[in-house]
Amino acid sequence: MTTAATALRSRHLLGISELEPEEIALVLDTASAMKEVGARPIKKVPTLRGRTIMNVFFEASTRTRMSFELAEKRLSADTLGMTVAGSSVSKGETLADTARTLEAMSPDMIVMRHASSGAPHQLARTSRASIINAGDGMHEHPTQALLDAFTIQERKGRLAGLRVAIVGDLVHSRVLRSNVLLLTRMGAEVRACGPATLLPVGLDRLGVRVTSRIETALEGADVVMMLRVQYERMHGLFLPSAREYFALFGLTPARLAGAAPDVIVMHPGPMNRGVEIDSAVADGPWSVILDQVANGVATRMAVLYLLAGEKDGE
Amino acid sequence: MLLLKSVHVVDPAASRNGTFDVLIEGDRIARVGRDLPVDGARVVELPAGCVVTPGLIDMHVHLREPGQEHKETVETGTRSAVAGGFTAVACMPNTDPVNDQASVTEFILKRASQAALARVYPIGAVSIRSKGDQLAEIGDLRAAGCVAITDDGHPVSTSLLMRRALEYAGMFGMPVIDHCEDPSLKGDGVAHEGAVASMLGLRGIPGAAESIWVERDISLTELVGGDARFHVAHMSARQSLRAVREGKARGVAVTCEVAPHHFTLTDAALNEHGGYDTNFKMNPPLREEADRVAMVEGIRDGSIDVIATDHAPHHADEKALEFDRAPFGIVGLETCVPLCLDRLVHAGVIGLPRLVELLAVNPARILKVPGGTLAEGSPADLTILAPDHEVTIDARALVSKSKNTPFDGWTLRGAVAATIVGGRAVFVHQAALGRAEL
Repeated sequence: MTTAATALRSRHLLGISELEPEEIALVLDTASAMKEVGARPIKKVPTLRGRTIMNVFFEASTRTRMSFELAEKRLSADTLGMTVAGSSVSKGETLADTARTLEAMSPDMIVMRHASSGAPHQLARTSRASIINAGDGMHEHPTQALLDAFTIQERKGRLAGLRVAIVGDLVHSRVLRSNVLLLTRMGAEVRACGPATLLPVGLDRLGVRVTSRIETALEGADVVMMLRVQYERMHGLFLPSAREYFALFGLTPARLAGAAPDVIVMHPGPMNRGVEIDSAVADGPWSVILDQVANGVATRMAVLYLLAGEKDGE
Repeated sequence: MLLLKSVHVVDPAASRNGTFDVLIEGDRIARVGRDLPVDGARVVELPAGCVVTPGLIDMHVHLREPGQEHKETVETGTRSAVAGGFTAVACMPNTDPVNDQASVTEFILKRASQAALARVYPIGAVSIRSKGDQLAEIGDLRAAGCVAITDDGHPVSTSLLMRRALEYAGMFGMPVIDHCEDPSLKGDGVAHEGAVASMLGLRGIPGAAESIWVERDISLTELVGGDARFHVAHMSARQSLRAVREGKARGVAVTCEVAPHHFTLTDAALNEHGGYDTNFKMNPPLREEADRVAMVEGIRDGSIDVIATDHAPHHADEKALEFDRAPFGIVGLETCVPLCLDRLVHAGVIGLPRLVELLAVNPARILKVPGGTLAEGSPADLTILAPDHEVTIDARALVSKSKNTPFDGWTLRGAVAATIVGGRAVFVHQAALGRAEL
């Protein structure tokens, strides 16, 4: 990293792929300051007073949506949400029309989750509001990667040089893509591990070591990130059974013994206990899973603050 | 009578590539030669650089009528065709209703005759409603005017159906055109399976989904033998080209076509222009550079028989969806000639005679339709090219009812100057024709 960034270049946060290392560092530094707000008896600052933020979730989400809402409220923004079931999308309205409708209400920011990869990018092309990608299909989930990085940095004091193993359903995971981009950009050594049926083509071209042997991935790892394996992928053509998946890829205390002694274990949630992760690990001393949840609010406050920031000078 | 005086004629079927006079009498080519007598004919001299070729034939076009007239009609589609230099198009049967019976074929031909622009050769369905269960009345379709059969949009569903289609269509001398794609490997794919789709989080369609099917169909064509002919629609994968080459080397009656976007673009475009532009979504998908290069090489070495556009108009509202929900397809009739001249001829890949083979001679031969040559007695279907005239593609200015092109804003060297069907100038691009009056 050369010079420290003081602002983000884009007014949108669509993906980690668009962030320079110094911009990532800026978000993480800002998140530290925001975390302090959450520790106060009155957990609210007036930073985004008068700003309107729409949380538009075209796909079900509990934790990401709550995390964003809490972050927005702590920054005193006016927030409102739209759910899939109650929206025009379910009535066959096009994405373009939904976008125009939202625009007409002049939001300052739109936090968007969508089942289709690239939907926020399509919206950002014409949107006057800042678009924050809260997860698009199998593409990116940038705030998850940022909160993961914040959590790692909090525990390890750095990102560069760390050995990070990411294990699970790689091909369908937006968390994987954003984390690979962020961690490789910040100088970490990333190993990706999953069954051969769930490996994305060309992942090795991103500077990632790809393996289907969990022992290889875990060897000396400083950080282990477990990815959720969807129940519907457990039977059929991807995997024979949950039982076999756990036998081959489940994270157990025995397997963790091959990692670094001070290894931390992460999971973006929701967890499938006994499928990808043994409860003894999820609840054990290695786990920072609840820290991730807490840090999610601080990191999202940082993103909202930085994207809104430029208007202060106008 | 019209006498094109001292014009550059490229007519490989008649072994002509040089300066000739072309005399058109009524709807026929009367004579081609040097220093033909004027004999009361109207004499037209073309500006230097113009090239007269047999009328171009696009053997893979979706005219959308009947049923999807908001995308295109026979009238707008053939207007787009002649603006693109095509004097004839073969139209795919995936209309609504499907062209699986003579009444639909007759309707399309009636519309074409009302429009009186390009010639239209309907392609009938292999199976009823293209469902892949039961053969359509192929003899009846043939009698009504169909020139080939296909279930395009869908692959011919089973090996057995393909075998029967080859056997049955062979009786009428018709080729079976197959949209080669293994449905189970394609799955929900929307882009070429490769590093770009992986990073964009788009579900992939591997090249093998196409080549497996090409290999299946080549094996079946070999099995049936006799008059069976198989034509690969919109080939995109290098593995498919390899299979076609091997099939041809064994003497199997297989031919193939490639669309201009597959020798000009790659999947890298999905990550450009802000990403996820649905005008880059088509099936088969834009593949990787090695595939694009292979297509260019197949055009150069003669393994690829035809360039066809797979003109697939879609309304802007339909394309303005999420990438994975938007329909596959782009318009191609009006961008084909500039792309071919710029990227193939001026780039030194092929000369004009070979381009005419790809765009006129071979489609006529495969479909057994008139044209493909300016030999005396042939229909007076001519395309006049202005290979050095520069054009800038403007999506909004396209004649087609739909504007879904990935080439908006491209500046290319090579244009269509005029299109003549049955001796009648149905399209004139005066800027490229100079002072000549057709």
